[in-house]
Amino acid sequence: MPEPVIVTRNLVKNYRNFVAVDGLSFEVAPGESFGLLGPNGAGKSTTMRMIGAVSTRTSGDLAVLGLDPNTYGPEVRAQLGVVPQENNLDLELKVRENLLVYGRYFGLPRARVASRADELLEFAQLADKASAKVDDLSGGMKRRLTIARALINEPRILLLDEPTTGLDPQARHILWDRLFRLKEQGTTLLLTTHYMDEAEQLCDRLIVVDQGRIMAEGSPADLIRRYSSREVLEVRFGSTQNAEVAGRIEGFGERVDVLPDRILVYSDSGEKELERMTAAGLRPITSLVRRSSLEDVFLRLTGRNLIE
Amino acid sequence: MSDVSDSIRSQALTAAVAQAERTRRFGSWYVAEHRFRIMRSYAQTVLFTAIGSPLVYLYAMGVGLASLVDGNLGANAVNGVGYLAFLAPALLASSAIAVASEEFTYPVILGFKWNPTFFGMNASSIQPGQIINGIVISVAARMLLTCAIFYVFMLVFGAVPGPLGFISVLVALLTGLAFGALVMAYTATLKDDTGQLAMVQRFVILPMTLFSGTFFPLDVLPPYLQWIGWISPLWHGTELSRVFAYGLSEPIWLSVVHAVYLTVLLVIGWIWARRLTVRRLNK
Repeated sequence: MPEPVIVTRNLVKNYRNFVAVDGLSFEVAPGESFGLLGPNGAGKSTTMRMIGAVSTRTSGDLAVLGLDPNTYGPEVRAQLGVVPQENNLDLELKVRENLLVYGRYFGLPRARVASRADELLEFAQLADKASAKVDDLSGGMKRRLTIARALINEPRILLLDEPTTGLDPQARHILWDRLFRLKEQGTTLLLTTHYMDEAEQLCDRLIVVDQGRIMAEGSPADLIRRYSSREVLEVRFGSTQNAEVAGRIEGFGERVDVLPDRILVYSDSGEKELERMTAAGLRPITSLVRRSSLEDVFLRLTGRNLIE
Repeated sequence: MSDVSDSIRSQALTAAVAQAERTRRFGSWYVAEHRFRIMRSYAQTVLFTAIGSPLVYLYAMGVGLASLVDGNLGANAVNGVGYLAFLAPALLASSAIAVASEEFTYPVILGFKWNPTFFGMNASSIQPGQIINGIVISVAARMLLTCAIFYVFMLVFGAVPGPLGFISVLVALLTGLAFGALVMAYTATLKDDTGQLAMVQRFVILPMTLFSGTFFPLDVLPPYLQWIGWISPLWHGTELSRVFAYGLSEPIWLSVVHAVYLTVLLVIGWIWARRLTVRRLNK
């Protein structure tokens, strides 16, 4: 078993009168793609900042590549690439210049930074935008540029905080493709997301975080198996009817969740449950059978939706 | 087993230390490089103000106003020299203050808030204090250029009778940085700019220019207003500048006080700004 590249033990971060991270313990293996899944305010970004050696922890142990970020901040950061939630590209500089100045921050020689910048612009599919203003890029391009910037020092771990939030579906897929290539090259990825499809696409393993605590840990498939059924039947009877119908379908499937706008029936076969419903004389306005997702896992674990 | 992992760990540590070593040593300079690159995008403004303002001010005040003053009071009536020679060192120091009020204000709140590049720098091997150092280095360079050009115009206008006049350029630099470091620290405390920086411009910098012995000697003012000059870095800088430019006669201890006062302000502002930045970037 190779030494983990990130180890946290009872990691805690308090702000004046609130606990953002409340005792997280997890390990990330080299080359692994590890996710923190949770709603906004779960403590994901705070955790990322502590691992990124820019936020001092309140208590607990933390080792990144074997080093304590409190003592070895610059040394830890020298080996990380960081893609923050909020773009902080320099808008006063051109696209390529952003990479040039950033490379220097790691003490790299100018010639080396220049050739690396060109490679990365190629990788980020931004070569033709090299001398464009950053502000003229689309949201997806800015994100790709931020990723290129994060890779300028050939980091061992790439930290991505909500990498695709705010991007349109096409831009997300391009980005996922790039991240997938990095993963194939052996870069360790640590990412936060509140999108379950992103977590399913990119993460080998993840923790579900809520209110600063770990609710569950495992691979996406593993979590779905453990906390949900194979399929989910979603039915709508209209907002006034849902509660009333709920009483009549008790015992359907493995479990039933009544939400304000719809009813979820967890089962190995959604079709069978729908037939059973029809046989009982119930006529939903809409019905949908789908595979179980991490969203269901989250709902099961916390009683709440990921995106509220 | 533990010996092996210990040795792997110490190897990793050595490699990591080597990787960050250059940044630990030269990080401030890397930040300055970044700032220079940004300044290049407004190089025309930098040069235009550096050349235009001495031209305008020395001509309008030093020549225009001077003919009025000298005409009314006699040739060497102000401090024993002509009005142009009296005024020029003060305008030189003011030009450093002008650079400071530009470069230590909006670019600082920009980096913290509007386009938070400081957070980006901080995510690399750069440390918060180095961000502040880099800003000071880059602004000092622009200030030195501005003051040097100003001094050339002073020579052209015949406004420097003393042989040690060039030292007043360095005095102006010290003045600009001393004041600027405090402004930078103040700016670093701002969560957002809702007009505070404009207020600094209007209620700190402008009155300071008027009451720092710039256009007339401080002792012309009524005693209850002279304290403004005593606390003003511009007054201390201007007086010291005059000592070198035309040999203003003041006790040597007072010249030492000017230099020490400015240096102390610079150190306080610099350290304060670094502390605020460490705190602000550690979220």
